[in-house]
Amino acid sequence: MNQLVPLFVVIPLAGAFLIMILGRFFSELNKYLASAILLILAVFSIYSLVTTGENPALYKTGGWEPVNKIPIGIYMVMDGFTVIVLCIINIVGFLSVFYSISYIKRYTAENYYYSLFCLMVAGMNGVVLSGDLFNIFVFLEISVISAYALVAFGVEKNELEASFKYQVLGGIASFLILFGIGFIYWKTKTLNIADIRHVFSTGYNRTYYLFVEILILTGFGLKAAIIPFHAWLPDAHSSAPSPISAMLSGVLIKAAGIYVIIRLFFNMFIITENMAVLITTLGTLSMVIGVFLAIGQWDIKRLLAYHSISQMGYVVMSAGIGMILISRGIKPEIASLAVAGGIFHLVNHAVFKGLLFLNAGAIEYTIGTRDLREMGGLAKSMPATHATSFVASMSISGIPPFNGFFSKLIIIIAAVLAKFYLLAALAVIVSIITLASFLKFQRYAFFNNSDNNKNLNIKEVPFPMIFSMVVLSILCVFLSLLAIPAVRDVFLTPAINILTDTLKYSTSILGK
Amino acid sequence: MIAYIMCFVLFLVGLYGVITKRNLVKIAVSLSIMEISVFLFFALLGYIDGGVAPIVDPADPARVYVDPLPQALVLTAIVIGLATTSMLMAIIIRLYRKYGTFDIREIKNLRG
Repeated sequence: MNQLVPLFVVIPLAGAFLIMILGRFFSELNKYLASAILLILAVFSIYSLVTTGENPALYKTGGWEPVNKIPIGIYMVMDGFTVIVLCIINIVGFLSVFYSISYIKRYTAENYYYSLFCLMVAGMNGVVLSGDLFNIFVFLEISVISAYALVAFGVEKNELEASFKYQVLGGIASFLILFGIGFIYWKTKTLNIADIRHVFSTGYNRTYYLFVEILILTGFGLKAAIIPFHAWLPDAHSSAPSPISAMLSGVLIKAAGIYVIIRLFFNMFIITENMAVLITTLGTLSMVIGVFLAIGQWDIKRLLAYHSISQMGYVVMSAGIGMILISRGIKPEIASLAVAGGIFHLVNHAVFKGLLFLNAGAIEYTIGTRDLREMGGLAKSMPATHATSFVASMSISGIPPFNGFFSKLIIIIAAVLAKFYLLAALAVIVSIITLASFLKFQRYAFFNNSDNNKNLNIKEVPFPMIFSMVVLSILCVFLSLLAIPAVRDVFLTPAINILTDTLKYSTSILGK
Repeated sequence: MIAYIMCFVLFLVGLYGVITKRNLVKIAVSLSIMEISVFLFFALLGYIDGGVAPIVDPADPARVYVDPLPQALVLTAIVIGLATTSMLMAIIIRLYRKYGTFDIREIKNLRG
């Protein structure tokens, strides 16, 4: 079990170089090699999800054993929360790369594309698995540098501009994170997250660490595009090739942003109520403002990108509610419920937003535009795209029996039980506006064919694209099963326990 | 203490440059200044007054050593910084070829 942990980083990293070298000699190899790598990783991650229970698997890089129970090597940790995020990275990653087999033919330099894709996956797996602050930074940079390159992959005006904006803001975020790591190291003299928590338990200087918490929150908030830091997201996510948009929106902002925020603020910092309220406020703001920015958009991918901000707001808000309750030390079962809703929504969002971006890519692939006003009447000619995008739209708007309904329901119930009635009401209202915005998408793209006869003789997209979309839409339906308590106990509860029982992460890794 | 404050001032100088400059290359330079200030901060963290290079001498156990870990971190971060800077410059060159200018006010296709 422990031996499996480093493979999540090593396999895609080695794959990235193999693709570059072998791709020069065998021109068709790159796509199959990349798909095979991601498929292996997806199988590994599902296996880890099933086998990792309450006990974190630990891998000490280089075999450095702790001295006097103080860790000196770099730790890689796989616990309940990690495996969930690993699963969404590698499964959505596999489906995106399989989709790319047909989609990416329009671009040149396929070798670079698949190689950068594997590097990005390696970086994200590394961020999620790392138990060491500086290592998180290194893997974060690996994944975002490949993301910068992939956003600019079209090398046209828009792509380059979006990539430049993303790089400048991402660069500032990286330096803020590095500054924060420096301040933590200054006081604690350690970089291991579990060990830092242990040092914090012995004495926590609130005023000093408030500054550090703000630095870290700003840095990872920029990477996760929470609302005051969101300016780069709609440009970058709409300019990238569609499978990459699915990866960026579905996975990267979670693995590099939300995951780290949740992990550090639950398991490393001692939660103070002020920070918890700040995080909840930022989450609520993203939820509300994101959806209002989305509703006026006519470019499908920009619309979806703004919805990503809004849906991430749900996750941050429910995690924030959990933090408030934990910092007050009351109602632990409601805190668990709120965190459960947040993680459940995180998984669901990866699936349906990935699917929606793949749908947008399929539409762009066939009719060559992203403007909703130039579409219409695609329902007859593209039945598979229509059906899957309908499932995804209903899922993101929170219509039963799709997965989005259950996660939003859990979040709203948790907010009501915690007596945050305003937040619950806002969550319902945002969900209704989301529904309105996706009905607009459905109507303009797939029906409404009064004057658009030019779209009548188009064909459905090739098999790999249909396969990815259909698998994701099936996942949309089946993930609702996680709402059943028996299923939730197996998959979600280990993650919730390790987050809400804030000391458990540190004690189970350090063994003291 | 003054060195730490200068570090922070340097960071703010970089941030000011990123926000106010309109030339793409100057923005990249400002980002590099921010980067260097963070590296300096890390280098300062490891410095201990009167410390020597951390090669342990068993004959003299009372000796004071500087902290070697921040130096390793800075080396890693410099390599990462090299990658981000070269990536940014590559994009700037491409932008110049497309737009024929370095002025950020004229590069505004994306909005809304």
